[in-house]
Amino acid sequence: MGKKVLLIEDEQNIIEAVSFILSRDGWEVKTHSNGHDAIDAVRARTPDVIILDVMLPGKSGFDILREIRADQGLAHLPVLMLSARGQAKDVEMAEHAGANQYMTKPFSNAEVLDAVRNLVMS
Amino acid sequence: MATLNILVLTSLFYVVLLFAVAFAADTAAQRGRGRWLGSPLIYTLSLSIYCTAWTFYGAVGFAARSGLEFITIYLGPTLVMIGWWWTLRKMVRVGRSQRITSIADLISSRFGKSNALAVFVTILAVIGTTPYIALQLQSVTLSYAAFADFGANTGEEINQNLTAFWVAAGLAVFTIIFGTRNLDANERHHGLVMAIALEAVVKLFALLAVGVFVVWGLAGGLDNTLDRIEASAIARWDVPGSRWVGLTLLSAAAFMCLPRMFQVMVVENDDERHLRMASWAFPAYLMLMSLFVVPIAAVGLDIMPQGSNPDLFVLTLPLSEGRDGLAILSFLGGFSSATSMVIVAAIALSTMVSNHIVMPVWLWTTGGSAMMSGDVRHVAMLARRLSIAVILFLGYLYFRLSGSGAALAAIGLISFVGVAQFLPALLGGLFWRGANRKGALAGLATGFAIWAYCLFLPSFGPFMLMPQEVLDQGLLGISWLRPQALFGTEGLSPVVHAFMWSVSLNTLVFFIVSVFSFPQPVERLQGAQFVNVFEHSTTSGGWRGGQAQSEDLLIMSQRIMGAGEAQALFSNAARAQGIDGHLPEPTPDFLGELERAMAGSVGAATAHAMISQIVGRATISVEDLMAVADETAQIMEYSSELEAKTEEQERTARQLRQVNEKLTQISVQKDAFLSQISHELRTPMTSIRAFSEILRDTEDMSENEQSRYASIIHNEAIRLTRLLDDLLDLSVLENAQIVLNLQTATLSHLLDRSEVASGMSDGSFKVRRSPDVEDIELYTDTDRLAQVFINIMSNARKYCDAETPELSITPRVEDGIVTIDFADNGAGIPADKQGTIFEKFARVSETKAGGAGLGLAISREIMARLGGSIQYMPAQTGAAFRVSLPLSAENTAQAAQ
Repeated sequence: MGKKVLLIEDEQNIIEAVSFILSRDGWEVKTHSNGHDAIDAVRARTPDVIILDVMLPGKSGFDILREIRADQGLAHLPVLMLSARGQAKDVEMAEHAGANQYMTKPFSNAEVLDAVRNLVMS
Repeated sequence: MATLNILVLTSLFYVVLLFAVAFAADTAAQRGRGRWLGSPLIYTLSLSIYCTAWTFYGAVGFAARSGLEFITIYLGPTLVMIGWWWTLRKMVRVGRSQRITSIADLISSRFGKSNALAVFVTILAVIGTTPYIALQLQSVTLSYAAFADFGANTGEEINQNLTAFWVAAGLAVFTIIFGTRNLDANERHHGLVMAIALEAVVKLFALLAVGVFVVWGLAGGLDNTLDRIEASAIARWDVPGSRWVGLTLLSAAAFMCLPRMFQVMVVENDDERHLRMASWAFPAYLMLMSLFVVPIAAVGLDIMPQGSNPDLFVLTLPLSEGRDGLAILSFLGGFSSATSMVIVAAIALSTMVSNHIVMPVWLWTTGGSAMMSGDVRHVAMLARRLSIAVILFLGYLYFRLSGSGAALAAIGLISFVGVAQFLPALLGGLFWRGANRKGALAGLATGFAIWAYCLFLPSFGPFMLMPQEVLDQGLLGISWLRPQALFGTEGLSPVVHAFMWSVSLNTLVFFIVSVFSFPQPVERLQGAQFVNVFEHSTTSGGWRGGQAQSEDLLIMSQRIMGAGEAQALFSNAARAQGIDGHLPEPTPDFLGELERAMAGSVGAATAHAMISQIVGRATISVEDLMAVADETAQIMEYSSELEAKTEEQERTARQLRQVNEKLTQISVQKDAFLSQISHELRTPMTSIRAFSEILRDTEDMSENEQSRYASIIHNEAIRLTRLLDDLLDLSVLENAQIVLNLQTATLSHLLDRSEVASGMSDGSFKVRRSPDVEDIELYTDTDRLAQVFINIMSNARKYCDAETPELSITPRVEDGIVTIDFADNGAGIPADKQGTIFEKFARVSETKAGGAGLGLAISREIMARLGGSIQYMPAQTGAAFRVSLPLSAENTAQAAQ
C-alpha cells in the first residue's frame, strides 16, 4: 500500500482526474469535497500529504490550512494548494497560511504528480 | 384747427414710435443681442431725465424772470459730475454690490435694513415727487393749450383737466408695460432706457432747432441777438451771491437725491465705467441745453406781446411766426422732457412703495404664511403696477389742487428742496461709519418738517393749507417761527431760505443723534460695507443659519425670484459648498447671498425680514456682537477671508476623498469580477487539460473510461463556451447599444419553445400551464424574452429539489402589461440569498451543479431592455419569479431607450 493522499476539492471532474493520476502512480487517494468539516477529514484520514483547493463551499482553503498548521498533530503535514485564482496576492496568501507548494489551475498532471512525490520525500 | 389735429396726430405717432423702440430694445435684450443697449452713450443720455419740462420750457421763463440765475440748475449737476464723480461711483458700487433697488432701499439698507427708515424715505419721496409730476402734466397741458390758443377762432375750449388726465393715464400704461416686465429691479429696463435716450435726443434737437430759428431767423443773427440781450432786462438782473450759491448747492443735492436720478444713475447702470463718459458728456449735454435759453428769453420778451407767459416762449415764438412744423417739434421736445421724467419717477417710486410699504404690510397681515403658499411674485408685481397708477393719479390730483397757477420753476424748486433732505443720510451713510439709524431718522424728520412748514405748505397759496396769519406772524404768533423767515433770517428767497435751514438743521440733528446713540450690530456691519465698499467685496451680513430650512428658503425664494433663477442660485451654492443635490447648507455666506439676491426683487429690508422669519429671527448671535464690537472691519474681513480659504480647502479635500472612495470601490469591484471570471474559466479548463493528458499519456485504458473522459472534455468545453457567451452577452447588454429585434409572437408559442430548449419537456419535470390565458400576442424581442424564460426554467430544473418537481406558469394581462409567474414546488431560495440572486456570479447552491451564476443577471438586463422587469417573489412556497413587460411595441421601444 502506497502513501496516503487526501484531496480536498469540490469540482467533481477534477477529483476524478487527480484521483486517476495518483492511483495509477500507486497512491492511496482519499477525497473530501467541502470546507465545513475538512479539518475533521484530515484528522480521520491521517494522510501523508494533502492537496487542498482554495475555493471550497463552507470554508476557504486558506482557513483550513491555518487550522491544520495550528493543530500540533497535523502541523507537519505537507500541503499542496490548488487554486483557480492565479493572482500574485493569492500566492502570497497561500505562503502566509503555510502552504508547502501552490499551483494554479489548470495544471499539468505531471506537475501535480511531481509535486506530491517531492512533498512526501522531503 | 388743422395744426391742432396735426399736433395730435404727430404726438400719437411719436408715442407709438416710443412704444416700438422700447419694445424692440426689450426684445433685443431678452434675446441677448442688446450689448449696445448698455453702452455708456445710452447711459449718459438716460441721465438727461434731469432735464424735465421744467428745464425745457421753464428755464426760458426762469431766465426771463431772473436772468442768468437759471444757470445754477445746470451748474449743480455739472459740478457733481465733474468734481464729485467718485462719490457717484461709490453710490453705484454700493448699489450694485448690495443690489439696491431705490434710494429708500439704499438708506434703509445702510442703516441696519431698517424698514421704518425705508417707509419714511418712501413717503417723503412720494410727497417730494408728486408736485414734480404735476408740473410735467401741467407743462404738457399748457403747451397743448398754447397750440389751441393759436389755432383760436374755433371756439372750442380745451379742457385742461381732461388733457392732463389722459396724459397721466397714458403714461401709467406705458410705465406699467415697460417698467414692470421683470420683478427684479436690478434687471435693467432696457426698453425703457432706450426710449428715454431717444427722448433725450429729441428734446435737445428741438431746443437747439428753436434756438437756431430764434437767433438766425427772428433776431437776425448773432450780433443782433447779443444786442437784444444787452438791451433786455435779463442783462440788468443782479443775482445775489447767496441765492446763486444756494441754488447751485440745491440742484447739486437734488441731482444726487432725486429718486428718478438714482434710478437711472445707479439702478439702471450696467457698468460702473459708464460714469467716466457721463462725467464729461452729461455736462456737455447740459451746456447744449442751456445754450439758447437766454437768446430765446431775450427775443421772446422783445417780440411777444406784454403778459405772454415766458415759460412757453419756446413754443409760442415759432407759433407766432407761423412756423407750425418747428412748433410741433418744440412741443415734442417738451413732451419728451415731461414724459421721460414721469416714467422714470413713477418706476422709482413704485419700486419704493411696493417694496417698502405694500410688501411688508402684506407679509405682516398674512403672517408670513403667504410667503410659502401664495405667489409673492404675483403680489409684488401687482403692488408695483398699482403703485404706478396711484402715483400718477396723485400727480394728477396735485395738478388739480394746486390750481395750476404757480410758475413751473417754483414747483420744481420746491421738489428739489424736499428730496435734498436725503442728502445728509446718503452722504453720511456712504462716508461716515459713525452714522446710524436714529441719527438718519431724526435728521430726515427735522429736515422734512422744516421743508413742509417753510416751503411745501405755503406753496399751495394762502388760505389753502396754511393760514395767512401763520405766514405773516409765525406759528402761534411767534415771529421767529415765520415760515419764510425762520429765526429772523429775512431777505432770502423762500426756496434758498428753506433749503438752507432744512438741510443744515437736518445735518446737525443727524450728526448729533448719531454721535450720542448706539448703532445696532447690523448697522455696524452694513456701515463698514458701505463706507469701505471699494476695499470690501460683498460679505455676509451676519446670518446664523442654524435652524434655517434650506427647503423652506428655496420655496420662498422661488416665489420671489422665479423658479429658474432661485434653483440656479441654490444649486450653484450647493456646488460651491461641495454638496450633492440642489440644497446648500444655510451658511451665513449663503444666506447673505440669498438676501442680496432677494433684495433685488423686494428691497433689502423686506428680504431681510423674510429670511429672518424662516431662519428663526436669531439674525445676530453673541459671536456676531463680539465680532462687531471689534472695531476694525478690516480684521473681520481678513479673518473671514481666511475662513473662506480654510472652508475651500476642506471642501476640496472632502471632494477628493469622495472621489477616491468611489474609485477604490470601483477598483475592488473590478478585481472581484476579474477574479471570478478567472475562476470560472480555469475550472473547466483544468478538467479539460487533466483528462486530455490522461487520454494522451495512459496506454491501458478501457473503452469505457476513454469514452467517459472524452465526454467530460466535451461537456467542459461546452460549459466554457457557454460561459464566454454569457459574459459577452452580459457585457453587450450592460454597456453597448443593443438593437432589439422586435417581432410578433404569441406567449404560448414562446413558452413552448423555451420548454424544449431548457430540456423541461423530457418528462422529468411536470409543467403546469394555463393554455386558456396564454393566447397573448406580444410584440417584443422574442428571442431575448425566450432567453429569460429558458434561464428561469433551467434554474428550476437544476435547483428544484422536490420529489416530483413541478413548475407552474401563470400569465396575466393588466393595463397593457403582461405578467408571467413561474413557480416551482421546491424549497425555494433561502431568504439570505434572495437579495443577491440577480447579481453576477451569484450562486444559491454551494455545489457546482449550475452555471457560472450569470443567467439571472443576464435576464435582469434583458428585461430592463425590453421595458419590463424580473423579480423574485419571496412569499411563495417554492422558487417563484415574476416576469413583466409591456404588450405594445411602442411602450417597449420607448422604455428600452
